[in-house]
Amino acid sequence: MAELRLKHTAVKAIYSVIPKMVYKTHDYPYFSEDEAKMFANTTGIIERRVAATNVTASDMCFKAAQTLLEDMNCHHEIDLLVFVTQSPDYFLPASAAILQDKLGLPKTCMAFDVNLGCSGYVHGLLLANRYLQQGGLRKVLLLAGDKSTISTHEQDKTAFPLFGDAGSATLLEYDAKGKDWFFDAGTDGSGADAIIIEAGHSRMPYQSFDDQDIEVAPGVVRSKKHLAIDGMAVFNFALKNVPKSINNALDLAKLKTEQLDYLVLHQANQLITDSIRKKMNLPKEKCPSSIGNFGNTSSASIPLTLCSELSEALKKERLCLLLCGFGVGFSWASLLLSTHNVATKLLEYD
Amino acid sequence: MEIDDFIKAIEEEFDNLNPGDVTPNSVFRDMEGWSSMHALIFVALIDSKYDVLLNGDELKSCVTINDLFDITRLKLNGGGAKA
Repeated sequence: MAELRLKHTAVKAIYSVIPKMVYKTHDYPYFSEDEAKMFANTTGIIERRVAATNVTASDMCFKAAQTLLEDMNCHHEIDLLVFVTQSPDYFLPASAAILQDKLGLPKTCMAFDVNLGCSGYVHGLLLANRYLQQGGLRKVLLLAGDKSTISTHEQDKTAFPLFGDAGSATLLEYDAKGKDWFFDAGTDGSGADAIIIEAGHSRMPYQSFDDQDIEVAPGVVRSKKHLAIDGMAVFNFALKNVPKSINNALDLAKLKTEQLDYLVLHQANQLITDSIRKKMNLPKEKCPSSIGNFGNTSSASIPLTLCSELSEALKKERLCLLLCGFGVGFSWASLLLSTHNVATKLLEYD
Repeated sequence: MEIDDFIKAIEEEFDNLNPGDVTPNSVFRDMEGWSSMHALIFVALIDSKYDVLLNGDELKSCVTINDLFDITRLKLNGGGAKA
């Protein structure tokens, strides 16, 4: 188990971008009225945002980053750009390199992608800290976003109505006086099949597989190029590992759950987040939820929840937050951090 | 742990169930509109009420409400892999 004490990093701004297009659960044509009601009640998803065909995750992150950099006027100080995504623009090059150029960042800026989904934002914060804490770099731009809707089959009732699209940009900088952060993470690759897109890369190249839709279960149609999710396996993984990871981070910090201002969980679905929250003995108001409006937005769900639900508190209060991402891999990460005077914005992509 | 409480919790969880609809011999997959979502709700309910986490294979091995009750009780008493 990776457990770390982190120093000298401050979060300065978090901007998130959502597409304008709204898909409502009750309008999903493959649900009966009762199914739609049960899905909304169980997952919490009333509606979600879906990016247009020509808009990618990097486009949404670009808008978040461009607006943030203009507001903060710090293009020239970005020494590292990290783009967390599982829906990059191309097989290669890394989308981070393209974003470095589009954003007008210095050529001295390092830039790379991180191929993680739901746990990726928290891992990205750790990476930013690792580069910043020695004092060698000035600022890090962490982008996290996914266009998951491009991967789901419209007739897959288990996946299509679950996911939304979003992008985010987070600005971090060296802070000699910053409070320590506490990090815990883990991986269980035995669950790799639980959330997977089988075809399209090296193991199953496009030219070598049968691109045929198959009804794998009643109401679940997809091909191997589509995202497949095993909800039961994900639920079991999350309930077994996430509370332990959160407690590990709390133990490292020598804090108790009730000392947290907020526990911000990856917005997997309401059934999972409520179950975790109950295990942590936290009231609803300490565990903000954005899934009702945006669905599961993969790597963007934590920054999106921070922007949509905690904007005022992040700006005005000193907060003790515990962020926990978990999912595809399986992979998970928990970070306990202090924040103060964090600028946020929630923007729509035209 | 009593089966009456177990059944009552299930009946309260689903809007379309009324008291008396579920018996120990009820086949839970015969519930109206049964889907993978129902399975998740059952597992979450059992985890929340008894702190017992059933996995997909364990759920598949059950047919009736009584089967679910038995496996939950077994795990609660340390007879299975405790969550």
